[in-house]
Amino acid sequence: MSGDHEHDHDHHEGSTLSEMDLRVRALETLLVEKGYVDPQALDLIIETYETRIGPRNGARVVATAWLDPDFMTDLRRDASAAISSLGYGGRQGETMVALENTETVHNMVVCTLCSCYPWPVLGLPPAWYKSAAYRSRAVIDPRGVLADFGVSLPAETEIRVWDSTAEVRYLVIPQRPAGTEGWDLDALAAIVTRDSMIGTGLVTLPGAAA
Amino acid sequence: MNGAHDLGGMEGFGPVIPEPVHAPFHAEWERRVLATTVACMAMGVWNIDAMRASRENLPPPEYLTSTYYEIWFKGLVSRLLQEGLVSAAEVESGVAEAPGRPVPNVFTADKVAPGLAAGSRYTRDPDRPAAFVAGERVRAREMNPTHHTRLPRYARGKAGVIEAVRGFFVFADANAQGLGPQPQWLYTVRFAGRELWGPEADPTLSVSIEAWESYLEPAD
Repeated sequence: MSGDHEHDHDHHEGSTLSEMDLRVRALETLLVEKGYVDPQALDLIIETYETRIGPRNGARVVATAWLDPDFMTDLRRDASAAISSLGYGGRQGETMVALENTETVHNMVVCTLCSCYPWPVLGLPPAWYKSAAYRSRAVIDPRGVLADFGVSLPAETEIRVWDSTAEVRYLVIPQRPAGTEGWDLDALAAIVTRDSMIGTGLVTLPGAAA
Repeated sequence: MNGAHDLGGMEGFGPVIPEPVHAPFHAEWERRVLATTVACMAMGVWNIDAMRASRENLPPPEYLTSTYYEIWFKGLVSRLLQEGLVSAAEVESGVAEAPGRPVPNVFTADKVAPGLAAGSRYTRDPDRPAAFVAGERVRAREMNPTHHTRLPRYARGKAGVIEAVRGFFVFADANAQGLGPQPQWLYTVRFAGRELWGPEADPTLSVSIEAWESYLEPAD
């Protein structure tokens, strides 16, 4: 799993993909035959996480927080309840905490032990979030990791890294960029990136430098 | 267990390769592994902590050279074998040699939407007061359990501050071993970067973990 991406590229073409394809297919067939799993349920699980639950959910949470100070207050007090009030919740988002990025504090989230991630608001994690490169360096060299994402913060900015070692799941509320005054919720949500809600990115206006 | 999964602070894995587009899967079999894992967990034979332990038990050389969904697949097969739900020969052939044994729940299609929306509660009603309060200085215990634990090696023996009392949560270490939930108070503990990594570390850095009460002791 070191360097998921390099491996992934090999697997698209190489023998590992076809071998894994066969092994996974064999296991699924076996589990269906044994009566342990329902193949239609598998299709529904995939459809749910591929098309319905993804970072667009989190982007609406962030945009709502930017527009509505009362909602931001609710997020600070009980993020699970506030996020649930927008219709997002469930598996791997049972206990949510919101982390606000400011001029002086930058929050960044990792799971060094596995891949804990707030599924209801961000969907399934990207490959890099699960990679050894990210999990190893995020806690010891977060500025180096941010540089990999093209992000450079002032030397005096406080960096707070949150290692998700239990069932608490974190959502970063990035800073709202200047120049978005008067924007509505849809317009604001459209510029909120997944990485900005993990803390490896900043929200910028289209066409502006990071 | 001091396994290869406990990666925090290691070096040499190279740069992080960003992927701006949301693409959770990079092969069809990865989709099936995710879905099969979720469906098998919903059988109610094992819990999420036991599932994580099965992945972490992979030998370090194998863990570090497997892609993430390969780790998930190997962990799932290992757990199915351990629970006696399938045999190694069946996994190899994909053909059942005996009927399945009864399981508490089969995650049928009608249960997917409500099941995923409901999630699982890991909080319990506290039966005792929390030993620590926010702002208190604590030290993560120096320990090397041979079973599943969620105290990363980089924090062991280090002193930090209770950032928040999160609630009373199922204790992963016990739950993974099939010893029941044994809930405990859970805290967010914040460590200075220099406490974790030495005087050369970035002075602006702090790192927090979530720690169950039994991971912690009062600090001087």
